[in-house]
Amino acid sequence: MLEVVGLSKSYGTGAKVTRAIERLDFAVEEHEFVGIVGPSGAGKTTLLKCIAGLLAPTDGQTLLRGVPVTAPPPELAVVFQDYSRSLFPWLSVRRNVELPLRRKQEVADKGRAAAEALGAVGLAGFEDHYPWQLSGGMQQRVAIARALAYQPRVLLMDEPFASVDAQTRAELEDLVLRVREQFGVTIVLVTHDIDEAVYMSDRVVVLSRPPSTVQEILTVELPSPRDQVESKALPEFVSLRARVYETIMQPAAKVAG
Amino acid sequence: MTARIEALPRTRSGSLLLGAFGVLCALTLWQLAPTLGLVDGDNLPGAVPVLGELFSLAGTSAFWDAVASTLAGAGVGLAIAVVLGVWFGVLMGSSKVAWHALRPTVEFLRPVPGVALIPVAILLFGPSMKSDVLLVAFGCVWVMLVQTLYGVRAVDEVALQTARSYGLTRADRIRFVQLPSALPYIATGLRIASAIALIVAVTAELVAGNDGLGKSISLAQSVGQTEEMYALIVASGILGIVVHLLFGGLEKRFLHWHQSQRVGAER
Amino acid sequence: MSRMHLSRGRLGWLTLEVGATALIVALLWLYTDTNESYAVAPLGDVLDAFRATWLFEHVGSDVVPSLVRMTLGYGAAIVIGVVVGFGLGSSPVLAAIAAPVVSFLRSIPAAALLPPAIVLFGIGGGTKVAVIAFVCCWPIMLNTSDGVRELDSTMLATARVYGIRGIDRLRMVVLPAVAPRIFAGMRTSLSIAILLLVTSEMIASTNGIGYFVFQAQQQFAVDDMWAGVLLLGLLGFGLNLLFGVIERRVLRWNVRGDGSN
Repeated sequence: MLEVVGLSKSYGTGAKVTRAIERLDFAVEEHEFVGIVGPSGAGKTTLLKCIAGLLAPTDGQTLLRGVPVTAPPPELAVVFQDYSRSLFPWLSVRRNVELPLRRKQEVADKGRAAAEALGAVGLAGFEDHYPWQLSGGMQQRVAIARALAYQPRVLLMDEPFASVDAQTRAELEDLVLRVREQFGVTIVLVTHDIDEAVYMSDRVVVLSRPPSTVQEILTVELPSPRDQVESKALPEFVSLRARVYETIMQPAAKVAG
Repeated sequence: MTARIEALPRTRSGSLLLGAFGVLCALTLWQLAPTLGLVDGDNLPGAVPVLGELFSLAGTSAFWDAVASTLAGAGVGLAIAVVLGVWFGVLMGSSKVAWHALRPTVEFLRPVPGVALIPVAILLFGPSMKSDVLLVAFGCVWVMLVQTLYGVRAVDEVALQTARSYGLTRADRIRFVQLPSALPYIATGLRIASAIALIVAVTAELVAGNDGLGKSISLAQSVGQTEEMYALIVASGILGIVVHLLFGGLEKRFLHWHQSQRVGAER
Repeated sequence: MSRMHLSRGRLGWLTLEVGATALIVALLWLYTDTNESYAVAPLGDVLDAFRATWLFEHVGSDVVPSLVRMTLGYGAAIVIGVVVGFGLGSSPVLAAIAAPVVSFLRSIPAAALLPPAIVLFGIGGGTKVAVIAFVCCWPIMLNTSDGVRELDSTMLATARVYGIRGIDRLRMVVLPAVAPRIFAGMRTSLSIAILLLVTSEMIASTNGIGYFVFQAQQQFAVDDMWAGVLLLGLLGFGLNLLFGVIERRVLRWNVRGDGSN
């Protein structure tokens, strides 16, 4: 479905060069949920922007169903961390969700697609509100609804719950897991929260400190559907979490070269 | 090559280089227009004769007298506006009674164009610096008042309550808490007002005929000294930049410790 | 009236607003009625003159031409300012090249450009329109260019990801995002436009409100002069009010729920 091949990105040139990510390789299967974690400062957002086609990599490439990504592909959507800057404050909730559909031929009934997506995230009845009239968690729901209505095959999420409170965060995590089933979408989630990555993902890609390389790829074998209390109490969850934590903490030297 | 040029605006020296290039282009264009006959050289002389004229003007005392008159009129008017504006701003910002009593009057007078009073000023003072002062003061007082008002209002409640809990009198609270924290706002008001002061002063001189750059410009026009007229206009523009840099710098000094409270960042 | 009494409610404050304003007007009336200065006219006479002149005899001959000139000049300034501002805002190189020239041109005291405009274009109505357009476009241009340069990167990335491009991107994303800055520039320009209109009519015109007021002063028709000043005041007040209404309508979304604007 999605292949990251030898992907590198550095900023600047000459002596002042900063290497954010270096020769990353991994693949995401159809309908898979892959979490990407790493220490703060690892090029997680850089990686996500390269996958999305928002940033040109210095070397290597991303293949979406075999086709190299050079610009944001139409079958891909992104949910950003900062919902207040990603939603358009001058458009109502409905128009925010509908705007990306204007030029999308595959979506025949745009009004219905928007209404369905808003219903799925529990925002039916808020269509005519403006984003600033909603709480942070609700605004991020709008952003998720917009992504879903766009009917992407791959959904990229960049720290989507980092700006909401803990309670809302858990609610939104479960919401994403639910709509993932409902809409059958492949998800790549970037987060610095190890619990979140393990709880939500089928596989976790652990990045090292910059210049970031892939430290390890772990398969999460927790039963579905997951539950905030039960899943997190399972011994497998606890040991996986510890494993990711240790991997992040160890020096990058081992994998380099 | 293109990448090199695109990197230029990121450094200070690069921006200066590009800016200098822009000035050079503008001056060339200005010189070429009359030289190539695109405009009538009698009505719009080129950059070279005008700047030459400006150089020779800069050696005459009449020119500097005019600059001094304009600056004096604008300065005194601005000073009066600052005193009145800050005083009324503090009053209306700290007293609800004063706020409600004066609000409608201020709201009505604020958008009144100051130049509407030019005939009144002529009638009262004739062509004298007093006209300048009256019109500048009227033109600038509202900005000062409103900025001070915002500043006093935006005072940190905690700071004010602290002052109150230590038993500071009302006058002391204004002096030591409210006015200092309103300073960045007042500085912004001063920057905006200084530009208005110069505009109004030159306008008043142009229409009412009191001494200053405005009068010199209209005089040069009426006797057909086109080059001198343009030279004086360039001088007034340079004066405008100097005033802007001066008060802009002042504002920055006050804002650097109060960056969060920036209002009026628009220009 | 004690403060305790007044603080009981909005009605008290409203009474104070109306009462104090009425008192100010009454004092003004009394002052102008008893003052012997030739420059001061009794408020009653001024109001009579206002009614006689401006309701509505001179509206067609003086008010309408003034407003038409202003609308044309100001409208042209908005178009030029926004279009060029967009160009400068989207190219840092162009912006750096233009910066010193633009800041010089906008630093020229507006009215100083009237004499050369008269030399170049004569004293016709077109001259006033041209000068208003020339002087008013700078604040709009600078604010637009700042607004475009400061466009939020997440917002633009969102538009890219969702394939919002071309005219949709301009209309639904970029223009609304820059609109508050455009309006800020337009507000500055509006007062400059009024200033220039009045000034240009005073020094080079055969009609218009500025011309009328100036003529009245030259002929020592003090009542008429004050009536004209009053009209200019009302005009400034009215135009600002109208501007505020339009701004609030267009930037409705920009009014936050917390009551701060």
